[in-house]
Amino acid sequence: MIEVKHLTKRYGDHTAVSDLSFTMERGRIYGFLGPNGAGKSTTMNILTGCLSATSGEVTIDGHDIFEDARAAKKLIGYLPEIPPLYPDRTPREYLNFVAECKDVPGNQRAEQIRRVMEQTAVTEVADRLIRNLSKGYRQRLGIAQALLGDPEIVILDEPTVGLDPRQIMEIRELIKGLGRDHTVILSSHILSEVQAVCERVLIISGGKLVACEETADLERHFAGKAALELTVEAGKADVGPVLDALEGVESFSVEENGNYVNLKLETDREPDDMCRDLFWAFSDAGKPILRLTTTRASLEEIFLELTREEKEENAQ
Amino acid sequence: MKAIFKHELSSWFTGMTAYVFAGFILLFGGIYTMAYNLNAMVSDFQYVVSSMSFVFLIIIPILSMRVLAEEKRQKTTQLLYSLPISMTQVVLGKFFAQLVVLALPVAVLSLYPLILSAFGNVHFPAAYGSLLGFWLLGAALLAMGLFVSSLTESQPVAAGVCFVVMLLNYFLADLADFVPGTAAASFGAFSLLALILGGIFWLMTRSGFGGAAVFVALEGILTVLFILKSSLFEGAFGALMEKLSLYEQFERFVNGVLDIRSIVYFISVIGVFLFLSVQSMERGRWSE
Repeated sequence: MIEVKHLTKRYGDHTAVSDLSFTMERGRIYGFLGPNGAGKSTTMNILTGCLSATSGEVTIDGHDIFEDARAAKKLIGYLPEIPPLYPDRTPREYLNFVAECKDVPGNQRAEQIRRVMEQTAVTEVADRLIRNLSKGYRQRLGIAQALLGDPEIVILDEPTVGLDPRQIMEIRELIKGLGRDHTVILSSHILSEVQAVCERVLIISGGKLVACEETADLERHFAGKAALELTVEAGKADVGPVLDALEGVESFSVEENGNYVNLKLETDREPDDMCRDLFWAFSDAGKPILRLTTTRASLEEIFLELTREEKEENAQ
Repeated sequence: MKAIFKHELSSWFTGMTAYVFAGFILLFGGIYTMAYNLNAMVSDFQYVVSSMSFVFLIIIPILSMRVLAEEKRQKTTQLLYSLPISMTQVVLGKFFAQLVVLALPVAVLSLYPLILSAFGNVHFPAAYGSLLGFWLLGAALLAMGLFVSSLTESQPVAAGVCFVVMLLNYFLADLADFVPGTAAASFGAFSLLALILGGIFWLMTRSGFGGAAVFVALEGILTVLFILKSSLFEGAFGALMEKLSLYEQFERFVNGVLDIRSIVYFISVIGVFLFLSVQSMERGRWSE
């Protein structure tokens, strides 16, 4: 569907994107994640043909975005960082203009405009001047514009910026719905958003791709060993024999606290299985577990770690 | 292109600009018709057209400052870039919309000779030839304005630069008389022109080397020509200025000469500036 090979973009001496390569498949939701200034918008602008690359290649369904721009762009709907709206127009006029540019046949235009306005909930302001609309409406009108012409790929640059929490929920639902039959790419510097919506995450830092994995895999992969924390009603000496009898305990530390011990252990087994074994083991030993929690590196920590590594590399 | 054209045209008429533009032309058309045709009782309408041609100095900047500069400022260029349309279509669509806005008041003016003919002998070919010239002149100036507008994202800057360009155009033929005719002076003027062209090249491509190369190449040719045959340069710059003056070409229409060369000249000027506008918009893709 989308193939990016060795994409590089330089502004003078500054390299905004360096040697980026990835492919994206049909019908999935991708998230571009990275700190501000990491090259997310630059990459998206290149993918949509708004910006030319210094070197590298982008093909959309086999059409080169630079050589065969018209065919490639017909497959894409794009919401840039700043919604590109004409303030002295009404949403209806504006959408009509975009639909015409996208070659939506005249007899389908009104119907399609009605549909995208409904999807993005801008119908109620359809005949007001865009200049008088709130940030939330403008953002959603920008999304509506991207959906016109039924593009197979929808690229949204920070789609939920400026929306209130309720609207954010609605837009996320909309994006998830789109993901069923479209390829959706969205960028964000908010991790929970990517975690909530995207199936696959591409983390960009300093213009480089530092990770490209399934959202779930990324957590599992980078979490490495899961950590368990327990509070057991037992003495420090009682814990060792119990744990020694269990398999999969990589390491542990014990800390005595009155009648209890606080226990931290790392395992390479599935945390749920480990919990079950721990429960029975301590139960058989007659030592009740008072508290048991599993901790796993969140996307947040992974993100910080990955982007930190990048900075350190750059510093060297 | 049709979409851009319709969009552009409707934004001219939802705002005030098209009406102000038409009003200006008709106001001055009316004043000069009063003065020449009604008060002085001259039946030649072409002098009216000739006299009012200076209104372009004021209204062309107004009509063209917004066209591309505003798109850039609003960041709607991003939309244009991402839509499946080419920059050529965008520029042509916008230009044709401007042509229509210009054609409307000219269409109203074209009724005047008919009305006047009820009261005297109007020479129709000269009257309508001059109106055609007027429209072509306006079109060529609009194409220049469009190009100026593509260079900046600030409307006031676009309007200011456009006004200076219009002013130079208007006085180009008159200024030509003041240019010293000696070969050395012409050589100097041409060198300055080469420097300016190099500068424009540098601004367009951001390549200092390219700009310098253009200047050196042009200057080299000039120097060789000057050494080999300096008589070529005598009065050459003044003649060039006169040849390049759009208003000078327009005067030919007013004098009753419908020369195909003048029409081709105007169309070429339009072509060159539209081409430059497209290039300038494409360049936006490189640096934005």
